Amino acid sequence: MDSRLLHDLKSLLGSGGVLHRPEELLLYEYDGSVEVARPNCVVFPRTTADVLGIVKLANQYQIPLVGRGAGTGLSGGALSRKGGILTVFSRMNRILEIDIENERATVQPGVVNSDLSAAVAHAGLHFAPDPSSQKACTIGGNVSENSGGPHTLAYGVTTNHVLSMEVILPTGELMQIGSAALGAPGYDLMGLFVGSEGTLALITEITVKLTRLPEAVKTLLAIFETLDDATETVVEITSRGITPAACEMLDGWTLRAVEAYVHAGFPLDCAAVLLLEADGLREAVEQHAEEIADVCRAHHAREVRVARDARERELLWKGRKNAFGAVGRLSTTYYVQDGVIPRTKLPATLRHIDAIGKKYGFQIGNIFHAGDGNLHPLLLFDARDAAQFRRVVAASDEIIQFCIDMGGSITGEHGVGMEKDRLMPLLFSEAQLDLMRRVRDAFNPGGLLNPDKIFPVSKGCGEIHVRPLPLAGAPLA
Amino acid sequence: MSPAGTSASSRLGDIAGNANVVNDPAQLTDYGIGGKSPGAVVRPSTAAEVAEIVKFAAAEKMAIVACGARTKLDMGFAPSRYDLALDMTRMDRVVAYDPGDLTLSVEAGVRLRALGQMLAEHQQFLPLALPFLVQTTIGGLVASGVDSPLRQFYGTARDFLLGIEFVTGDGVAAKSGGRVVKNVTGYDIHKLMIGSLGTLGVITRVNFKTFPLPMRSRGFVARFATAEHAFDMRNRVARSVLTPLTTEILSPRVAELFESEAASRYESAPMPAGVISHSEWAVTIGYAGNEEVLKRYAADLGRMAEESGATGVVVLAENLRPAFNRKREFIPIAVESSPAASIVKISVLPARMREALDHAVRAAESNSLPWVAMARGLGVIYFALLPANRDEVTEVRTATATDAIHVASAELSGHSTIPWCPAEWKSKLKIWGLPRADFAQMQKLKRVFDPYGVLSPGRFVGGI
Repeated sequence: MDSRLLHDLKSLLGSGGVLHRPEELLLYEYDGSVEVARPNCVVFPRTTADVLGIVKLANQYQIPLVGRGAGTGLSGGALSRKGGILTVFSRMNRILEIDIENERATVQPGVVNSDLSAAVAHAGLHFAPDPSSQKACTIGGNVSENSGGPHTLAYGVTTNHVLSMEVILPTGELMQIGSAALGAPGYDLMGLFVGSEGTLALITEITVKLTRLPEAVKTLLAIFETLDDATETVVEITSRGITPAACEMLDGWTLRAVEAYVHAGFPLDCAAVLLLEADGLREAVEQHAEEIADVCRAHHAREVRVARDARERELLWKGRKNAFGAVGRLSTTYYVQDGVIPRTKLPATLRHIDAIGKKYGFQIGNIFHAGDGNLHPLLLFDARDAAQFRRVVAASDEIIQFCIDMGGSITGEHGVGMEKDRLMPLLFSEAQLDLMRRVRDAFNPGGLLNPDKIFPVSKGCGEIHVRPLPLAGAPLA
Repeated sequence: MSPAGTSASSRLGDIAGNANVVNDPAQLTDYGIGGKSPGAVVRPSTAAEVAEIVKFAAAEKMAIVACGARTKLDMGFAPSRYDLALDMTRMDRVVAYDPGDLTLSVEAGVRLRALGQMLAEHQQFLPLALPFLVQTTIGGLVASGVDSPLRQFYGTARDFLLGIEFVTGDGVAAKSGGRVVKNVTGYDIHKLMIGSLGTLGVITRVNFKTFPLPMRSRGFVARFATAEHAFDMRNRVARSVLTPLTTEILSPRVAELFESEAASRYESAPMPAGVISHSEWAVTIGYAGNEEVLKRYAADLGRMAEESGATGVVVLAENLRPAFNRKREFIPIAVESSPAASIVKISVLPARMREALDHAVRAAESNSLPWVAMARGLGVIYFALLPANRDEVTEVRTATATDAIHVASAELSGHSTIPWCPAEWKSKLKIWGLPRADFAQMQKLKRVFDPYGVLSPGRFVGGI
């Protein structure tokens, strides 16, 4: 890397704000996915002015620039695919304003998701998007990826909760988009920028809507002897127009992994559980929970447990939210998919995933947002084995193709990033992709910001760009 | 038609069929916008035809305005050029409806009311209680971006729009999103289409999430002597755990409007008596749920109304619909009640609504302009100026008053626009409000989607 650029970055941010040694960069070459890409340097701005300075230097040296929050992403969105400067927002973590009366908060992008909810809980409010990584992930990252979470079934995803932002375009222009008051006149730039996976601008401030906490919550655990009974339950809950606040499914295998880690009292001998929640007014929640339990029983639930208090509820949710971590104890690596299907297709899709697992010889765990039809099959494999890696990608692709055949999509909340870019032609024609590229180029004309993301790098599918992790003890590149 | 026009018509006839090309001047005036009529109207029946027509128009540099029921063409500026109207009403097929998945895919020309009837058979609905409901088309409601009382609970179309198919200004049949309820594949271009008045693309198909119809609903109306009392009630409800479906604050004289001849054209059943009064403010709240929930709402709202100093309260049940439908149709009713109505849409933080309204009232009254207002609980105020005359003096007064409202809204960190006003006043009135700092970004988008400038040129913010 250019030593003059390093010098200029250190002058801008202080030497404590710049990392560049290979052993330091190693920590920033990965995220929560299996993707790997190493930046040339990592910088930690503290202010909007710092970010502006970084963008100017990137332009001056014509070097790629990528934003990153906590690095919990699941599609390589915050990795420096073409090297360059990785801008980590973890030090821009101040809550700038909380406006209880208007149910708004303005935060820097590095504020941790659950910290904001904690900061407004005293007023009976919270920030509704609740990705499972919410204790670590940042709001800037949530905005970039348009993150979901278990409760987005009833409350909507990030884009439904973000009102305005201060952003810096890769060309160095600082500007405000959207409005804290509803419906800024003109094109919905907020709608475009939220979920643009860091390819249009770097974000320096975010104003979000806060949501009132419900008066009452009931959390149910429905236990099933077969996978089909669980999935059929979800289909009926949906088609009967019951909207639970959350409707999560864990299959038996995943449940056993989770129970060994969390000790939440999950049954070890079942085929699947549904974690369901009803919330709202006391008078509504009782009935709502009863309706949900009835549907579960009608589909042969062995047992429907109701969390008796907040502690029991938290334990159930702890199991759900730590599931990926629990699986990590069993396998060196897993490949997690994020396909979405129409909810009526859940039973057929789960059966198909099971068949794919058997065909390729992989253990597949399923833990996902069943109410949204948003799957998260986890394919366990050993990333040190290149042949296994290729097979796991092939198995995943079969799952994704099935989702598309069912009328679904390739990603519900994790983003395309550098993981699914090659799959984009399965959904969009070249002319349609080209229109999106032109949108990107309008804001990111030199392509310096987060290059080679979302759009297929080379035409056609089949190219596998992920590389296996180095063997233990191998020298650093 | 000119010889050039004749050859254009012949080409359009090749694409859409001669029976679907209109050249008759009498019919063309039905498609007029601000006194401008198109040279021809074409009625495509497929997205492929739309793409062909747009390609042809782009090559010929013909300006196109896509339209449905033509109820909201008065929004925005008149197009700077207007060669061709694209009447989308033949594209009226429901492409897919999966009640079990609560998703829907419809062509742009489908009428909202007909769709509502189909969904109701499955106890579902789209929470779009929009003005001009009887005629309005899906494409039109998306392109115009109008909101509904139900946004209090369900949000706007933006919140349940799953995907869109559209044709860009260079004739590309494009799409964004999909038909599943959660999706982050590619940019959310479909959100850009909302409220863009057809300047970015011709919408051909729209995918929505549908919702279960609430079983039992009620309306709670509390009357207050002053705006201050009414907004105090609004604030109490907002701070509570109640999650009503609708919340509106109505000014005095809305009662007069709702009892008018114009109102009966939109809702034939009479306005229930004694609900709102000519001289008082009212807070109207819609809610739904089981019997216990309904009781809880009535009790809690009753208590809050009393604490805010209500002079009277009413709970509407069977007689809810005629009152609700008038609220839904507030804009057309207001527009038709004056020869020169201007509707100012003011958005501010919800707790600043009363201040914003104070400014607006002062601006209207100091210019001798009669006014009425309907404010949505989330911070959007429809402030209607309803003068008795359509003349130059009134135009100047309206311009002075609306300029003052724009400035006041901005000072409250909000913004205002004038979605409806007399066409010939649009050069004097700042219908899109004050200039915006992000205007240059909007121009960039326009160039991407419509490189030849043929889609509704000049209708949008800043003359985009």
